[in-house]
Amino acid sequence: MTKDFVYFDHAATTPTDKRVLKKMLPYFDADFANPSSLYLPALKAKKAVDGSRAQIAKFLNCKPSEIIFTAGGTESDNLAVLGTARSLKLKGERVKGHIITTQIEHPAVLNACRQLKKENFDVTYLPVDRDGIVKLDGLKKALRKDTVLVSIMYANNEIGTIQPIAEISKILAKRKILFHSDACQAAGYLPMDAKKLGVDLLTINGSKIYGPKGIGVLYIKKGVEIEPITFGGGQENGLRSGTENVPAIVGLAAAISLLRGKGKGESEKKLRDYIIQELLKIPNSKLNGHRTKRLPNNINISFEGVEGESLVLYLDKEKIYTSTGSACSSTSLDPSHVIMAITNDAERAHSSLRVTLGRSTTKKDADKLISATKKYVKKLREMSAVK
Amino acid sequence: MSKYDVKDIGGYEWIYSEKVQEHFYNPKNVMTDDLKEKDFDAVGEVGSPACGDLMKIWIKVDPKTKKITDLRWKTFGCASAIASTSVLSEMAIGKTINQAYKITPLQITKKLGGLPKRKIHCSVLGDQALRAAIDNYNKKILSAA
Ligand code: FES
Repeated sequence: MTKDFVYFDHAATTPTDKRVLKKMLPYFDADFANPSSLYLPALKAKKAVDGSRAQIAKFLNCKPSEIIFTAGGTESDNLAVLGTARSLKLKGERVKGHIITTQIEHPAVLNACRQLKKENFDVTYLPVDRDGIVKLDGLKKALRKDTVLVSIMYANNEIGTIQPIAEISKILAKRKILFHSDACQAAGYLPMDAKKLGVDLLTINGSKIYGPKGIGVLYIKKGVEIEPITFGGGQENGLRSGTENVPAIVGLAAAISLLRGKGKGESEKKLRDYIIQELLKIPNSKLNGHRTKRLPNNINISFEGVEGESLVLYLDKEKIYTSTGSACSSTSLDPSHVIMAITNDAERAHSSLRVTLGRSTTKKDADKLISATKKYVKKLREMSAVK
Repeated sequence: MSKYDVKDIGGYEWIYSEKVQEHFYNPKNVMTDDLKEKDFDAVGEVGSPACGDLMKIWIKVDPKTKKITDLRWKTFGCASAIASTSVLSEMAIGKTINQAYKITPLQITKKLGGLPKRKIHCSVLGDQALRAAIDNYNKKILSAA
């Protein structure tokens, strides 16, 4: 099949790899049984779940018992943040409890923290520097005696910046504060050894790494106390009730096994640098996020005076698919909280274009994007009310 | 009706009517560099508190008939703002300033075959900028008299 479009939105989601899909298919029909049942086909399903768990554990360098399957990144983030905080509160250890996160987290963490605020926790949203990296002194200063949890993403979904997770965990280790990291965007490109990262909880999901949607993992280090947020038949150690999504679990493991063989995004990185270099030749354009401490597949650039949603839709007409942090494109009509956090400039968010590459992106795709972007930036600037 | 004709598709989508697409991809009466702002009689400018956009409209008015003979615009707005103002420009040219003043956002969105709910304010933007331009014109006439 030749594709007639160019997909530059891999941070939104990736296509499911054909090899992954093939591994999943039998578990929809032939091997459909519920792994909790007692007959032979059920055993086969259970084996598939166990085997997948073991494989993912190897990838994260942890024990299979430290892995919980969920319905995706959002649920894993919610479970990590709400589950640990509530568990501490239930033990009555601290009356209030303080949580630290960042201003650039994914809404799955931000909104879970907002919920905890309603439950009488204090929350600090750490600022980041202009490059989109968390300041370690800022973190140190924010720590309190009653801080129970820190949640900081591994790599950002909008601007791709990579946080110093291992350094952060070193700061926290001495203080017995739990550390969660959302690694959904990072999983395809960065080292994922949970021990080396030093995290207590780690979120990954299938839909960003060429696996299926609707499947996530939460790594929970042995000994971490956590309360469930769903209740039912007690699957996944009582932490995530509900019949296991066997095909998706198998698919996630298959997607992960394909990651390990890859050259960690070298081809994306080359194309990323090429596209950044070319697009920054457009006058009055600025890169959002650190130039090199970013994911190999992430480009985020603002073109002064060019409203992002319009640019995305002009590119869409050419079958080039991208995204933007413009207020016009968000449900709430708020500009991207991430670009606001690094620039405090609504206009910069308004005029941002996010381009995220994938393993199938070619130089030809890049050239198509570059020339179309140049053309439409010019066109939109001609009709722009700000100059 | 085309499959794109969605009057209120609620929150998230930006699926636009064919009419919106037509005006978005080929906007009419955009202010261009070869036109001189000073050749116009008045200008109106508004910003949207909702999303932070900017809209500017210039008008040329026949002093005798009070008809708008030319209207040009620029925006730092989304596809809906571009399409709305493009349609508005076609509606306003040829009308007297009093008639043009009465154009409502509802009339604009109707002409466009509907807009997503959260995009209605974009059609208000052009409408307000036009009214600001007409107010500006009337003020100028008054002070000149
Ligand atoms: S102009 Fe901003 S949403 Fe339309």
